[in-house]
Amino acid sequence: MQINLEENSAVASRAAVANTIGIALSVRGVHKRYGEREVLKGVDLDIEPGEFVAIVGRSGCGKSTLLRLVAGLESGQEGQLHYDGHEQDSRHETRIMFQDSRLLPWKRIVDNVALGLPPARQIDAEHVLGQVGLRERRHEWPARLSGGQRQRVALARALVHKPRLLLLDEPLGALDALTRIEMHALIESLWREHGFTALLVTHDVSEAIALADRVVLIDEGQITLDLRIDLPRPRHRGHAAFAALEEQVLRRVLQQAPDEKNPGTEHAGDVSLHRTVDQVRWAV
Amino acid sequence: MSTTKKKVLFDRLLPWVIPVLLIALWELSARIGWLSSRVLPEPASIFKSGWELLRSGELHHHVLVSTRRAFTGLAIGGGAGLVLGLITGTFRRAEVLLDTTLQMVRNVPPLALIPLVILWFGIDEAAKIFIVAIGVFFPLYLNTYHGIRSVDPALIEMARSYGVSGWRLYRDVIFPGALSSILVGLRFALGFMWVLLIVSETISATEGIGYMTMNAREFLRTDIVLVGILLYALLGKLADVVARSLERFWLRWNPNYASA
Repeated sequence: MQINLEENSAVASRAAVANTIGIALSVRGVHKRYGEREVLKGVDLDIEPGEFVAIVGRSGCGKSTLLRLVAGLESGQEGQLHYDGHEQDSRHETRIMFQDSRLLPWKRIVDNVALGLPPARQIDAEHVLGQVGLRERRHEWPARLSGGQRQRVALARALVHKPRLLLLDEPLGALDALTRIEMHALIESLWREHGFTALLVTHDVSEAIALADRVVLIDEGQITLDLRIDLPRPRHRGHAAFAALEEQVLRRVLQQAPDEKNPGTEHAGDVSLHRTVDQVRWAV
Repeated sequence: MSTTKKKVLFDRLLPWVIPVLLIALWELSARIGWLSSRVLPEPASIFKSGWELLRSGELHHHVLVSTRRAFTGLAIGGGAGLVLGLITGTFRRAEVLLDTTLQMVRNVPPLALIPLVILWFGIDEAAKIFIVAIGVFFPLYLNTYHGIRSVDPALIEMARSYGVSGWRLYRDVIFPGALSSILVGLRFALGFMWVLLIVSETISATEGIGYMTMNAREFLRTDIVLVGILLYALLGKLADVVARSLERFWLRWNPNYASA
């Protein structure tokens, strides 16, 4: 059973590699300090090309700091970051989407999306706006859009650069629940279509499980859980397996006992348990 | 439909109700004899003198001269304020170098410089333009500096991470972000511009609205003095309308400025 499961997941990730433009990201022994406070205490993380990884954790656990380091927005860390094995930050291949849309209010939607594009590729902005369903509104001001629509524009702005690595810093945190579910479907479909590697930071565990191939939990600057999610896509929140995984991760987030701080790979046993529950459910 | 039209018309007329009432009251009290025409001639005679000045081309000439002085001063002083504000707002080094000096100079009222200016430039055109230029410099300088400094750093970070830098960062993010503050500075500057021009024109001039009113005072022509004062009010209002329409155009992305 156990072996079988591992094989399955290996096949799944190889399938993800096959048709991807995604970058392989490797984080090795990364420490980050702000003055006295050590925010990241030796983080190791490997992400395969085209993989969708979600980082969850309480606020202040260092998950956003890790994302900003990967994005090159912060520096001064110890340890190494490798993008496809290269050490220099390939920022032209990485795009970040922030919690607030950060649209320029004085530029019309289409010009916001075209920000930083060479003149010859301005036309791509309209195309990508079509993909997020806002082509008709391309000549409006950002102030006219709702929060969810602004985040869709921000997503289009990130995707128009054809990034090989898309970083999502709690991009849906400020949206209402229904809009968030819509956005999940949109992000998932665009991820499949474009084939970029995605790294999502969120405090919403169900969002992480709905979207990610792997959910990584950071607690007090260290990775304490690295869980592969093998649910078939598109995922439905109603399923027992989904709920069980959510419960498992949530329990880990809420636990802060010192003995729970070991790397969580040994919890693969739990996964298989939920898998079997899932399979039983499917079989019934 | 017609009720909304009526409402629009009403809103348009509302600001003019009090000025019209005041003029009517003034005309009435002058007619009855409560006001001596030496103190305050009735509106009708002011309009008559205004009309005569307009027909003789005198008014035209003085307004043109004053406007040219005002806008030359604005272009020089305001332009310098804008450029220096952009520089000190952008480069920390420039701020450290210049800001203390500029803050000291700022606390000197421009009108206190009049004796010095007369010694330097005589009572020439240059003296008036210089005073206007000094006066409009600071509102534009301070608001430009403040505008640049208060551009949302999150937007700058975003733009940089999207590969926008250098001149394009300035053109697409920093300058538009500072623009609303710069326009506030411009409106202050336009207000100061007329005040300073009036004072410098009444001190010494051979043409311009200030000269016209001072000359009329010599001949006890209160009506012409009042024509001059009304002209200043009108020109001030005009400058404000121009500044507002610039705001409405450049800040049309902002719901607070979008025209109704």
